[in-house]
Amino acid sequence: MIEIDRVRKTYDGRTVVDDLSLTVPDGAFCVFLGPSGCGKSTTLRMINRLVTTDSGTIRVDGEDIASLPEAALRRRIGYAIQSTGLFPHWRVEDNIATVPRLLGWPRGRIADRVTELLELFRLAPETYRRKYPHELSGGEQQRVGVARALAADPALLLMDEPFAAVDPITRDALQAELARIHKSTGKTIVFVTHDIDEALRLATDIAILNRGRVAQFATPQDLLENPASDFVRDFVGTQGIGLKLLSVRKVRERMRPGETAEGAPISADAPLRDALSLMTVRAAALLPVADESGRVVGTIALSDLVR
Amino acid sequence: MPRSVAPHPEERSQRARFEGRAAPLQFLTTPALWVAILFVALLVTMPDTGPIFHWAFPQVEPPVYQRGTFVALFLSHAGIVGVASLAATFTGIVAAIFVTRPAGRDFRSIIDALATIGQTFPPAAVLALAVPAIGFGPLPTVVALYLYGLLPIVQNAVAGIETVPPAVRDAAAGMGMSPLQILARVELPLAAPVILAGIRVAVTIGIGTATIGSTVGALTLGTPIFDGIGGNKIPLVLQGAALVALFAIVTDLMFARLEDRLRPSSAR
Repeated sequence: MIEIDRVRKTYDGRTVVDDLSLTVPDGAFCVFLGPSGCGKSTTLRMINRLVTTDSGTIRVDGEDIASLPEAALRRRIGYAIQSTGLFPHWRVEDNIATVPRLLGWPRGRIADRVTELLELFRLAPETYRRKYPHELSGGEQQRVGVARALAADPALLLMDEPFAAVDPITRDALQAELARIHKSTGKTIVFVTHDIDEALRLATDIAILNRGRVAQFATPQDLLENPASDFVRDFVGTQGIGLKLLSVRKVRERMRPGETAEGAPISADAPLRDALSLMTVRAAALLPVADESGRVVGTIALSDLVR
Repeated sequence: MPRSVAPHPEERSQRARFEGRAAPLQFLTTPALWVAILFVALLVTMPDTGPIFHWAFPQVEPPVYQRGTFVALFLSHAGIVGVASLAATFTGIVAAIFVTRPAGRDFRSIIDALATIGQTFPPAAVLALAVPAIGFGPLPTVVALYLYGLLPIVQNAVAGIETVPPAVRDAAAGMGMSPLQILARVELPLAAPVILAGIRVAVTIGIGTATIGSTVGALTLGTPIFDGIGGNKIPLVLQGAALVALFAIVTDLMFARLEDRLRPSSAR
Protein backbone atom coordinates (compact mmCIF):
# COMPACT_ATOMS: atom_id res chain seq x y z
CA MET A 1 0.00 0.00 0.00
CA ILE A 2 1.23 3.48 -0.86
CA GLU A 3 -0.04 6.37 1.23
CA ILE A 4 0.70 9.77 -0.21
CA ASP A 5 -0.13 12.33 2.43
CA ARG A 6 -0.36 16.05 1.63
CA VAL A 7 2.81 16.21 -0.46
CA ARG A 8 3.90 19.40 -2.10
CA LYS A 9 6.62 20.23 -4.61
CA THR A 10 7.59 23.63 -5.90
CA TYR A 11 10.11 24.38 -8.64
CA ASP A 12 11.29 27.99 -8.78
CA GLY A 13 8.10 29.25 -7.18
CA ARG A 14 5.90 27.18 -9.50
CA THR A 15 3.83 24.64 -7.59
CA VAL A 16 3.91 21.33 -9.44
CA VAL A 17 2.38 19.11 -6.77
CA ASP A 18 -0.03 20.89 -4.48
CA ASP A 19 -1.06 19.27 -1.20
CA LEU A 20 -1.74 15.98 -2.92
CA SER A 21 -3.08 12.98 -0.99
CA LEU A 22 -3.78 9.56 -2.39
CA THR A 23 -3.82 5.96 -1.16
CA VAL A 24 -2.99 3.17 -3.58
CA PRO A 25 -4.19 -0.19 -2.25
CA ASP A 26 -2.08 -3.35 -2.49
CA GLY A 27 -2.36 -5.12 -5.81
CA ALA A 28 -3.92 -2.12 -7.52
CA PHE A 29 -3.09 -1.02 -11.01
CA CYS A 30 -3.22 2.68 -10.29
CA VAL A 31 -2.90 5.06 -13.23
CA PHE A 32 -1.97 8.70 -12.77
CA LEU A 33 -3.67 10.40 -15.67
CA GLY A 34 -3.63 14.01 -16.68
CA PRO A 35 -2.44 16.64 -19.13
CA SER A 36 1.27 17.43 -19.31
CA GLY A 37 2.45 19.51 -16.40
CA CYS A 38 -0.27 18.21 -14.07
CA GLY A 39 2.32 16.76 -11.70
CA LYS A 40 1.69 13.07 -12.43
CA SER A 41 5.28 12.24 -13.28
CA THR A 42 6.64 14.29 -10.38
CA THR A 43 4.32 12.50 -7.96
CA LEU A 44 5.43 9.13 -9.31
CA ARG A 45 9.09 10.08 -8.95
CA MET A 46 8.50 11.14 -5.37
CA ILE A 47 7.59 7.58 -4.48
CA ASN A 48 11.14 6.36 -5.15
CA ARG A 49 12.64 9.69 -4.12
CA LEU A 50 14.02 10.63 -7.51
CA VAL A 51 12.21 13.84 -6.62
CA THR A 52 12.27 15.05 -3.03
CA THR A 53 9.09 16.33 -1.44
CA ASP A 54 9.00 19.86 -0.07
CA SER A 55 6.48 18.83 2.55
CA GLY A 56 4.17 15.93 3.32
CA THR A 57 4.96 12.25 3.72
CA ILE A 58 4.83 9.16 1.56
CA ARG A 59 4.57 5.75 3.19
CA VAL A 60 5.15 2.46 1.40
CA ASP A 61 3.79 -0.50 3.35
CA GLY A 62 3.52 1.73 6.39
CA GLU A 63 7.16 2.90 6.26
CA ASP A 64 7.96 6.54 5.72
CA ILE A 65 10.17 6.51 2.62
CA ALA A 66 12.19 9.44 3.96
CA SER A 67 13.43 7.18 6.78
CA LEU A 68 14.87 4.60 4.37
CA PRO A 69 18.27 4.79 2.64
CA GLU A 70 17.68 6.06 -0.89
CA ALA A 71 19.44 3.19 -2.68
CA ALA A 72 17.75 0.50 -0.58
CA LEU A 73 14.33 2.04 -1.21
CA ARG A 74 14.87 2.17 -4.97
CA ARG A 75 16.22 -1.35 -5.19
CA ARG A 76 12.99 -2.74 -3.80
CA ILE A 77 10.77 -0.68 -6.11
CA GLY A 78 10.68 -1.56 -9.81
CA TYR A 79 11.15 1.39 -12.15
CA ALA A 80 10.43 1.54 -15.88
CA ILE A 81 10.39 4.65 -18.04
CA GLN A 82 9.65 5.93 -21.50
CA SER A 83 12.42 5.17 -24.01
CA THR A 84 13.49 2.42 -21.61
CA GLY A 85 16.78 3.86 -20.36
CA LEU A 86 18.41 0.53 -21.15
CA PHE A 87 22.18 0.62 -20.71
CA PRO A 88 23.40 0.57 -24.32
CA HIS A 89 26.77 -0.95 -23.42
CA TRP A 90 25.27 -3.90 -21.58
CA ARG A 91 23.68 -7.01 -23.04
CA VAL A 92 20.03 -7.77 -22.39
CA GLU A 93 20.95 -10.19 -19.61
CA ASP A 94 23.18 -7.63 -17.89
CA ASN A 95 20.49 -4.99 -18.14
CA ILE A 96 17.89 -7.25 -16.58
CA ALA A 97 20.39 -8.30 -13.91
CA THR A 98 21.04 -4.71 -12.79
CA VAL A 99 19.13 -4.69 -9.52
CA PRO A 100 19.81 -8.33 -8.57
CA ARG A 101 23.53 -7.56 -8.96
CA LEU A 102 23.21 -4.42 -6.85
CA LEU A 103 21.54 -6.61 -4.26
CA GLY A 104 24.37 -9.14 -4.49
CA TRP A 105 22.39 -12.15 -5.64
CA PRO A 106 24.50 -15.22 -6.48
CA ARG A 107 25.25 -15.72 -10.19
CA GLY A 108 23.16 -18.83 -10.68
CA ARG A 109 20.08 -17.23 -9.21
CA ILE A 110 20.52 -14.15 -11.42
CA ALA A 111 20.90 -16.28 -14.56
CA ASP A 112 17.76 -18.25 -13.68
CA ARG A 113 15.83 -15.05 -13.02
CA VAL A 114 16.89 -13.57 -16.38
CA THR A 115 15.69 -16.70 -18.17
CA GLU A 116 12.41 -16.62 -16.27
CA LEU A 117 11.75 -12.98 -17.11
CA LEU A 118 12.64 -13.32 -20.80
CA GLU A 119 10.20 -16.21 -20.98
CA LEU A 120 7.55 -14.17 -19.18
CA PHE A 121 7.88 -11.54 -21.92
CA ARG A 122 7.99 -14.19 -24.65
CA LEU A 123 11.53 -13.36 -25.70
CA ALA A 124 13.40 -16.60 -26.41
CA PRO A 125 16.16 -16.52 -23.76
CA GLU A 126 18.86 -18.19 -25.85
CA THR A 127 18.30 -15.67 -28.68
CA TYR A 128 17.89 -12.53 -26.62
CA ARG A 129 20.07 -12.69 -23.54
CA ARG A 130 23.31 -11.99 -25.43
CA LYS A 131 21.94 -9.17 -27.58
CA TYR A 132 22.69 -5.50 -27.10
CA PRO A 133 19.78 -3.06 -26.79
CA HIS A 134 20.45 -1.53 -30.21
CA GLU A 135 19.91 -4.93 -31.77
CA LEU A 136 16.33 -5.00 -30.50
CA SER A 137 13.15 -3.47 -31.90
CA GLY A 138 11.40 -0.72 -29.94
CA GLY A 139 8.85 -3.13 -28.54
CA GLU A 140 11.52 -5.62 -27.52
CA GLN A 141 13.50 -2.87 -25.82
CA GLN A 142 10.42 -1.83 -23.88
CA ARG A 143 9.79 -5.44 -22.84
CA VAL A 144 13.36 -5.71 -21.59
CA GLY A 145 12.90 -2.41 -19.76
CA VAL A 146 9.87 -3.76 -17.92
CA ALA A 147 11.58 -7.10 -17.33
CA ARG A 148 14.49 -5.21 -15.77
CA ALA A 149 12.09 -3.38 -13.48
CA LEU A 150 10.64 -6.71 -12.37
CA ALA A 151 14.01 -8.43 -11.94
CA ALA A 152 14.33 -8.35 -8.17
CA ASP A 153 10.64 -9.24 -7.82
CA PRO A 154 9.58 -5.93 -6.26
CA ALA A 155 6.10 -5.75 -4.73
CA LEU A 156 5.70 -2.30 -6.23
CA LEU A 157 6.35 -1.19 -9.79
CA LEU A 158 6.54 2.45 -10.93
CA MET A 159 6.09 3.07 -14.66
CA ASP A 160 6.47 6.50 -16.20
CA GLU A 161 4.78 6.54 -19.62
CA PRO A 162 6.56 3.31 -20.51
CA PHE A 163 4.73 2.77 -23.79
CA ALA A 164 4.55 6.36 -25.02
CA ALA A 165 7.36 5.99 -27.52
CA VAL A 166 6.29 2.80 -29.32
CA ASP A 167 3.97 2.42 -32.29
CA PRO A 168 0.25 1.75 -31.67
CA ILE A 169 0.35 -1.93 -32.59
CA THR A 170 3.32 -2.63 -30.35
CA ARG A 171 1.75 -0.54 -27.60
CA ASP A 172 -1.39 -2.63 -27.82
CA ALA A 173 0.62 -5.83 -27.43
CA LEU A 174 2.66 -4.40 -24.55
CA GLN A 175 -0.50 -3.28 -22.75
CA ALA A 176 -1.97 -6.75 -23.09
CA GLU A 177 1.23 -8.26 -21.71
CA LEU A 178 1.36 -5.86 -18.80
CA ALA A 179 -2.28 -6.57 -17.95
CA ARG A 180 -1.49 -10.29 -18.03
CA ILE A 181 1.55 -9.84 -15.81
CA HIS A 182 -0.35 -7.67 -13.35
CA LYS A 183 -3.03 -10.29 -13.13
CA SER A 184 -0.62 -13.18 -12.66
CA THR A 185 1.78 -11.53 -10.21
CA GLY A 186 -0.58 -9.37 -8.17
CA LYS A 187 1.99 -6.60 -7.97
CA THR A 188 1.01 -3.05 -7.12
CA ILE A 189 1.62 -0.91 -10.17
CA VAL A 190 1.64 2.87 -10.38
CA PHE A 191 1.53 3.91 -14.00
CA VAL A 192 1.75 7.41 -15.46
CA THR A 193 0.15 8.22 -18.80
CA HIS A 194 -1.67 11.01 -20.60
CA ASP A 195 -3.53 8.50 -22.77
CA ILE A 196 -7.10 8.06 -21.52
CA ASP A 197 -7.64 4.84 -23.49
CA GLU A 198 -4.49 3.30 -22.06
CA ALA A 199 -5.67 4.23 -18.58
CA LEU A 200 -9.15 2.82 -19.11
CA ARG A 201 -7.72 -0.38 -20.47
CA LEU A 202 -5.18 -1.10 -17.75
CA ALA A 203 -6.26 0.58 -14.54
CA THR A 204 -8.13 -0.75 -11.56
CA ASP A 205 -8.01 2.79 -10.16
CA ILE A 206 -7.41 6.06 -11.97
CA ALA A 207 -6.23 9.25 -10.36
CA ILE A 208 -6.92 12.19 -12.65
CA LEU A 209 -4.49 14.94 -11.78
CA ASN A 210 -4.85 18.61 -12.57
CA ARG A 211 -2.49 21.38 -11.49
CA GLY A 212 -0.83 19.23 -8.88
CA ARG A 213 -4.04 18.08 -7.26
CA VAL A 214 -6.21 14.98 -7.54
CA ALA A 215 -9.25 15.94 -9.60
CA GLN A 216 -10.83 12.54 -9.12
CA PHE A 217 -9.71 9.15 -7.84
CA ALA A 218 -12.05 6.39 -8.96
CA THR A 219 -12.44 3.17 -10.86
CA PRO A 220 -12.47 3.57 -14.65
CA GLN A 221 -16.19 2.87 -14.81
CA ASP A 222 -17.01 5.32 -12.03
CA LEU A 223 -14.88 7.95 -13.71
CA LEU A 224 -16.85 7.66 -16.93
CA GLU A 225 -20.26 7.38 -15.32
CA ASN A 226 -19.83 9.98 -12.57
CA PRO A 227 -17.18 12.53 -13.46
CA ALA A 228 -16.57 14.71 -10.41
CA SER A 229 -15.99 17.95 -12.27
CA ASP A 230 -16.11 19.62 -15.65
CA PHE A 231 -12.36 19.18 -15.89
CA VAL A 232 -12.69 15.42 -15.53
CA ARG A 233 -15.60 15.34 -17.96
CA ASP A 234 -13.61 17.32 -20.52
CA PHE A 235 -10.44 15.33 -20.01
CA VAL A 236 -12.19 11.99 -20.33
CA GLY A 237 -13.79 13.39 -23.44
CA THR A 238 -17.42 13.48 -24.40
CA GLN A 239 -16.77 12.19 -27.89
CA GLY A 240 -16.97 8.43 -28.04
CA ILE A 241 -17.85 8.25 -24.37
CA GLY A 242 -20.25 5.39 -25.11
CA LEU A 243 -17.46 3.30 -26.60
CA LYS A 244 -15.26 4.11 -23.62
CA LEU A 245 -18.01 2.92 -21.31
CA LEU A 246 -18.28 -0.29 -23.31
CA SER A 247 -14.54 -0.76 -22.92
CA VAL A 248 -14.63 -0.60 -19.11
CA ARG A 249 -17.80 -2.62 -18.56
CA LYS A 250 -17.40 -6.37 -18.53
CA VAL A 251 -19.51 -8.92 -20.40
CA ARG A 252 -20.12 -10.62 -17.02
CA GLU A 253 -22.17 -7.64 -15.81
CA ARG A 254 -24.70 -7.87 -18.66
CA MET A 255 -24.82 -11.52 -19.60
CA ARG A 256 -27.87 -13.76 -19.34
CA PRO A 257 -26.75 -16.73 -17.24
CA GLY A 258 -27.80 -20.23 -18.16
CA GLU A 259 -28.72 -19.53 -21.78
CA THR A 260 -26.74 -20.81 -24.74
CA ALA A 261 -26.15 -19.68 -28.28
CA GLU A 262 -24.35 -20.78 -31.45
CA GLY A 263 -20.74 -19.95 -32.30
CA ALA A 264 -17.42 -19.51 -30.50
CA PRO A 265 -17.94 -17.97 -27.05
CA ILE A 266 -16.59 -14.68 -25.73
CA SER A 267 -14.93 -14.52 -22.29
CA ALA A 268 -17.06 -13.24 -19.43
CA ASP A 269 -14.13 -11.00 -18.43
CA ALA A 270 -13.86 -9.37 -21.85
CA PRO A 271 -15.06 -5.77 -22.12
CA LEU A 272 -18.44 -5.15 -23.73
CA ARG A 273 -16.57 -3.34 -26.49
CA ASP A 274 -15.10 -6.68 -27.62
CA ALA A 275 -18.58 -8.19 -27.60
CA LEU A 276 -19.86 -5.39 -29.82
CA SER A 277 -16.90 -5.82 -32.14
CA LEU A 278 -17.45 -9.55 -32.38
CA MET A 279 -21.17 -9.10 -33.07
CA THR A 280 -20.37 -6.66 -35.83
CA VAL A 281 -17.88 -9.03 -37.43
CA ARG A 282 -20.17 -12.05 -37.19
CA ALA A 283 -23.29 -10.07 -38.05
CA ALA A 284 -24.91 -11.75 -35.05
CA ALA A 285 -26.91 -10.10 -32.28
CA LEU A 286 -26.29 -12.92 -29.80
CA LEU A 287 -23.05 -14.41 -28.49
CA PRO A 288 -22.36 -17.29 -26.12
CA VAL A 289 -20.32 -16.34 -23.02
CA ALA A 290 -17.71 -18.62 -21.47
CA ASP A 291 -16.06 -18.53 -18.03
CA GLU A 292 -12.31 -18.85 -17.40
CA SER A 293 -12.34 -22.60 -18.02
CA GLY A 294 -13.98 -22.09 -21.43
CA ARG A 295 -17.34 -23.51 -20.35
CA VAL A 296 -20.37 -21.69 -21.81
CA VAL A 297 -22.21 -20.08 -18.92
CA GLY A 298 -24.62 -17.73 -20.64
CA THR A 299 -25.26 -15.40 -23.55
CA ILE A 300 -25.09 -11.74 -24.31
CA ALA A 301 -27.31 -9.93 -26.79
CA LEU A 302 -26.85 -6.68 -28.64
CA SER A 303 -29.67 -5.14 -26.62
CA ASP A 304 -27.82 -6.04 -23.39
CA LEU A 305 -25.03 -3.67 -24.34
CA VAL A 306 -27.29 -0.65 -24.26
CA ARG A 307 -29.46 -1.58 -21.31
CA MET B 1 7.85 -15.28 -34.60
CA PRO B 2 10.78 -17.61 -35.32
CA ARG B 3 14.06 -15.79 -35.65
CA SER B 4 17.23 -16.98 -37.27
CA VAL B 5 19.70 -17.81 -34.53
CA ALA B 6 22.81 -17.29 -36.65
CA PRO B 7 23.91 -13.66 -36.37
CA HIS B 8 24.32 -11.55 -39.44
CA PRO B 9 27.93 -11.93 -40.73
CA GLU B 10 28.74 -8.28 -40.12
CA GLU B 11 27.38 -8.46 -36.62
CA ARG B 12 29.40 -11.59 -35.99
CA SER B 13 32.69 -10.05 -37.03
CA GLN B 14 31.90 -7.00 -34.91
CA ARG B 15 31.16 -9.21 -31.96
CA ALA B 16 34.33 -11.22 -32.50
CA ARG B 17 36.36 -8.06 -32.63
CA PHE B 18 34.82 -6.80 -29.43
CA GLU B 19 35.46 -10.01 -27.58
CA GLY B 20 39.03 -10.24 -28.83
CA ARG B 21 38.30 -13.40 -30.78
CA ALA B 22 39.35 -12.10 -34.18
CA ALA B 23 40.46 -14.58 -36.81
CA PRO B 24 44.04 -15.76 -36.01
CA LEU B 25 45.87 -13.98 -38.81
CA GLN B 26 43.52 -11.02 -39.19
CA PHE B 27 46.00 -8.70 -37.49
CA LEU B 28 48.30 -9.11 -40.50
CA THR B 29 45.90 -7.03 -42.56
CA THR B 30 45.96 -4.06 -40.21
CA PRO B 31 47.97 -1.04 -41.37
CA ALA B 32 48.96 -0.23 -37.77
CA LEU B 33 51.11 -3.34 -37.64
CA TRP B 34 52.94 -2.66 -40.90
CA VAL B 35 53.59 1.00 -40.13
CA ALA B 36 54.86 -0.05 -36.70
CA ILE B 37 57.24 -2.55 -38.27
CA LEU B 38 58.46 0.07 -40.71
CA PHE B 39 58.97 2.53 -37.85
CA VAL B 40 60.96 0.11 -35.69
CA ALA B 41 63.04 -1.02 -38.67
CA LEU B 42 63.87 2.56 -39.54
CA LEU B 43 64.65 3.37 -35.92
CA VAL B 44 67.14 0.53 -35.67
CA THR B 45 68.71 0.74 -39.12
CA MET B 46 68.95 4.54 -39.41
CA PRO B 47 72.68 4.59 -38.54
CA ASP B 48 73.29 2.18 -41.45
CA THR B 49 71.78 4.62 -43.93
CA GLY B 50 74.94 6.74 -43.84
CA PRO B 51 76.07 5.80 -47.37
CA ILE B 52 72.68 6.74 -48.85
CA PHE B 53 72.61 10.14 -47.18
CA HIS B 54 76.30 10.62 -48.02
CA TRP B 55 75.49 9.95 -51.67
CA ALA B 56 72.59 12.39 -51.59
CA PHE B 57 74.29 15.08 -49.51
CA PRO B 58 78.06 14.56 -50.05
CA GLN B 59 79.05 17.83 -48.38
CA VAL B 60 77.40 16.89 -44.99
CA GLU B 61 79.63 15.12 -42.48
CA PRO B 62 78.62 13.02 -40.66
CA PRO B 63 75.59 12.14 -42.82
CA VAL B 64 73.74 10.50 -39.89
CA TYR B 65 73.02 11.71 -36.34
CA GLN B 66 75.75 10.15 -34.20
CA ARG B 67 75.61 11.70 -30.74
CA GLY B 68 73.35 8.95 -29.51
CA THR B 69 71.19 6.13 -30.82
CA PHE B 70 67.80 6.82 -32.37
CA VAL B 71 66.39 4.15 -30.08
CA ALA B 72 67.50 6.15 -27.03
CA LEU B 73 66.03 9.34 -28.52
CA PHE B 74 62.76 7.54 -29.18
CA LEU B 75 62.57 6.11 -25.66
CA SER B 76 63.18 9.54 -24.13
CA HIS B 77 60.67 11.13 -26.53
CA ALA B 78 58.04 8.51 -25.79
CA GLY B 79 58.68 8.86 -22.06
CA ILE B 80 58.15 12.63 -22.14
CA VAL B 81 54.95 12.37 -24.19
CA GLY B 82 53.77 9.43 -22.08
CA VAL B 83 54.24 11.15 -18.72
CA ALA B 84 52.67 14.40 -19.95
CA SER B 85 49.73 12.58 -21.55
CA LEU B 86 49.08 10.39 -18.53
CA ALA B 87 49.07 13.44 -16.28
CA ALA B 88 46.83 15.38 -18.68
CA THR B 89 44.49 12.41 -19.02
CA PHE B 90 44.21 11.99 -15.29
CA THR B 91 43.63 15.69 -14.57
CA GLY B 92 41.40 16.10 -17.60
CA ILE B 93 39.09 13.24 -16.68
CA VAL B 94 38.96 14.24 -13.02
CA ALA B 95 38.12 17.81 -14.04
CA ALA B 96 35.47 16.60 -16.49
CA ILE B 97 33.90 14.36 -13.85
CA PHE B 98 33.88 17.25 -11.41
CA VAL B 99 32.18 19.76 -13.70
CA THR B 100 29.53 17.24 -14.75
CA ARG B 101 28.47 16.63 -11.10
CA PRO B 102 25.73 18.83 -9.67
CA ALA B 103 28.23 20.30 -7.19
CA GLY B 104 30.76 21.24 -9.86
CA ARG B 105 28.41 22.52 -12.55
CA ASP B 106 29.23 26.15 -11.73
CA PHE B 107 32.92 25.53 -12.39
CA ARG B 108 32.29 24.35 -15.91
CA SER B 109 33.08 27.68 -17.56
CA ILE B 110 36.21 28.19 -15.44
CA ILE B 111 37.60 24.78 -16.33
CA ASP B 112 36.76 25.36 -20.00
CA ALA B 113 38.54 28.72 -19.92
CA LEU B 114 41.62 27.31 -18.20
CA ALA B 115 41.89 24.45 -20.66
CA THR B 116 41.48 26.84 -23.58
CA ILE B 117 44.24 29.09 -22.23
CA GLY B 118 46.46 26.02 -21.91
CA GLN B 119 45.82 25.25 -25.55
CA THR B 120 46.21 28.77 -26.94
CA PHE B 121 49.42 29.41 -25.04
CA PRO B 122 52.11 28.30 -27.52
CA PRO B 123 54.23 25.43 -26.17
CA ALA B 124 57.36 27.38 -27.16
CA ALA B 125 56.28 30.19 -24.86
CA VAL B 126 55.59 27.69 -22.08
CA LEU B 127 59.14 26.39 -22.51
CA ALA B 128 60.56 29.90 -22.38
CA LEU B 129 58.72 30.55 -19.13
CA ALA B 130 59.31 27.12 -17.62
CA VAL B 131 63.06 26.93 -18.12
CA PRO B 132 63.91 29.78 -15.73
CA ALA B 133 61.59 28.24 -13.16
CA ILE B 134 62.50 24.58 -13.36
CA GLY B 135 65.72 24.50 -15.36
CA PHE B 136 66.82 22.65 -18.49
CA GLY B 137 66.01 19.01 -19.19
CA PRO B 138 62.87 17.06 -20.01
CA LEU B 139 60.66 18.62 -17.32
CA PRO B 140 59.77 21.93 -19.07
CA THR B 141 58.68 19.92 -22.12
CA VAL B 142 56.52 17.66 -19.97
CA VAL B 143 54.86 20.77 -18.51
CA ALA B 144 54.28 22.31 -21.94
CA LEU B 145 52.80 19.11 -23.37
CA TYR B 146 50.67 18.61 -20.29
CA LEU B 147 49.09 22.06 -20.63
CA TYR B 148 48.71 21.61 -24.36
CA GLY B 149 47.00 18.24 -24.02
CA LEU B 150 44.48 19.24 -21.36
CA LEU B 151 42.01 20.96 -23.64
CA PRO B 152 41.12 18.11 -26.01
CA ILE B 153 40.98 15.67 -23.10
CA VAL B 154 38.77 17.83 -20.87
CA GLN B 155 36.50 18.83 -23.73
CA ASN B 156 36.03 15.30 -24.99
CA ALA B 157 35.55 13.86 -21.52
CA VAL B 158 32.87 16.45 -20.73
CA ALA B 159 31.21 15.87 -24.10
CA GLY B 160 31.40 12.11 -23.62
CA ILE B 161 29.83 12.20 -20.19
CA GLU B 162 27.16 14.60 -21.38
CA THR B 163 26.15 12.39 -24.28
CA VAL B 164 24.92 9.75 -21.86
CA PRO B 165 21.15 9.90 -22.48
CA PRO B 166 19.21 11.42 -19.56
CA ALA B 167 16.87 8.41 -19.62
CA VAL B 168 19.83 6.09 -19.01
CA ARG B 169 20.99 8.14 -16.05
CA ASP B 170 17.45 8.36 -14.72
CA ALA B 171 16.99 4.60 -15.00
CA ALA B 172 20.31 3.96 -13.26
CA ALA B 173 19.39 6.22 -10.36
CA GLY B 174 15.85 4.89 -10.22
CA MET B 175 17.09 1.33 -9.87
CA GLY B 176 19.20 2.28 -6.87
CA MET B 177 22.71 2.78 -8.24
CA SER B 178 24.77 5.14 -6.10
CA PRO B 179 26.26 8.22 -7.81
CA LEU B 180 29.64 6.47 -7.83
CA GLN B 181 28.14 3.34 -9.38
CA ILE B 182 26.42 5.44 -12.04
CA LEU B 183 29.74 7.10 -12.85
CA ALA B 184 31.81 3.92 -12.92
CA ARG B 185 29.32 1.52 -14.51
CA VAL B 186 27.34 3.77 -16.81
CA GLU B 187 28.79 7.20 -17.52
CA LEU B 188 32.49 6.43 -17.95
CA PRO B 189 32.02 3.25 -20.00
CA LEU B 190 29.60 5.06 -22.31
CA ALA B 191 31.88 8.09 -22.56
CA ALA B 192 35.00 5.95 -23.09
CA PRO B 193 35.18 6.12 -26.90
CA VAL B 194 34.82 9.91 -26.88
CA ILE B 195 37.31 10.30 -24.02
CA LEU B 196 39.74 8.08 -25.90
CA ALA B 197 39.37 10.24 -29.01
CA GLY B 198 40.44 13.24 -26.93
CA ILE B 199 43.46 11.41 -25.56
CA ARG B 200 44.31 10.38 -29.11
CA VAL B 201 44.38 14.00 -30.25
CA ALA B 202 46.46 15.07 -27.26
CA VAL B 203 49.01 12.28 -27.68
CA THR B 204 49.34 12.59 -31.43
CA ILE B 205 49.83 16.35 -31.30
CA GLY B 206 52.11 15.89 -28.30
CA ILE B 207 54.42 13.61 -30.25
CA GLY B 208 54.99 16.32 -32.83
CA THR B 209 55.20 19.16 -30.34
CA ALA B 210 57.66 17.35 -28.07
CA THR B 211 60.38 17.87 -30.67
CA ILE B 212 60.78 21.54 -29.68
CA GLY B 213 61.78 20.27 -26.22
CA SER B 214 65.17 19.53 -27.75
CA THR B 215 65.89 23.26 -27.69
CA VAL B 216 65.81 23.24 -23.88
CA GLY B 217 67.73 20.06 -23.19
CA ALA B 218 65.14 17.32 -23.58
CA LEU B 219 66.27 14.32 -25.62
CA THR B 220 63.70 13.68 -28.31
CA LEU B 221 63.56 12.71 -31.94
CA GLY B 222 63.60 16.48 -32.46
CA THR B 223 67.23 16.59 -31.31
CA PRO B 224 68.64 15.59 -34.72
CA ILE B 225 66.23 18.05 -36.36
CA PHE B 226 67.52 21.00 -34.35
CA ASP B 227 71.13 19.78 -34.70
CA GLY B 228 70.51 19.68 -38.43
CA ILE B 229 68.97 23.13 -38.51
CA GLY B 230 71.80 24.56 -36.40
CA GLY B 231 74.58 22.94 -38.44
CA ASN B 232 72.79 23.27 -41.78
CA LYS B 233 72.71 19.46 -42.07
CA ILE B 234 69.59 18.55 -44.04
CA PRO B 235 70.02 14.74 -43.64
CA LEU B 236 69.72 15.02 -39.84
CA VAL B 237 66.53 17.05 -40.22
CA LEU B 238 65.11 14.45 -42.59
CA GLN B 239 66.03 11.56 -40.30
CA GLY B 240 64.44 13.14 -37.24
CA ALA B 241 61.36 14.35 -39.10
CA ALA B 242 60.72 10.97 -40.74
CA LEU B 243 60.91 9.15 -37.44
CA VAL B 244 58.69 11.67 -35.62
CA ALA B 245 56.09 11.48 -38.36
CA LEU B 246 56.09 7.70 -38.35
CA PHE B 247 55.92 7.64 -34.55
CA ALA B 248 52.85 9.89 -34.63
CA ILE B 249 51.17 7.85 -37.37
CA VAL B 250 51.77 4.53 -35.61
CA THR B 251 50.38 5.92 -32.38
CA ASP B 252 47.36 7.36 -34.12
CA LEU B 253 46.60 4.07 -35.87
CA MET B 254 46.89 2.19 -32.60
CA PHE B 255 44.44 4.56 -30.95
CA ALA B 256 42.08 4.04 -33.87
CA ARG B 257 42.23 0.30 -33.24
CA LEU B 258 41.55 0.82 -29.56
CA GLU B 259 38.56 3.05 -30.29
CA ASP B 260 37.18 0.42 -32.63
CA ARG B 261 37.38 -2.10 -29.84
CA LEU B 262 35.53 0.14 -27.45
CA ARG B 263 32.84 1.21 -29.82
CA PRO B 264 30.73 -1.83 -30.79
CA SER B 265 29.72 -2.37 -27.18
CA SER B 266 28.48 1.15 -26.82
CA ALA B 267 27.29 1.85 -30.33
CA ARG B 268 24.36 4.23 -29.87
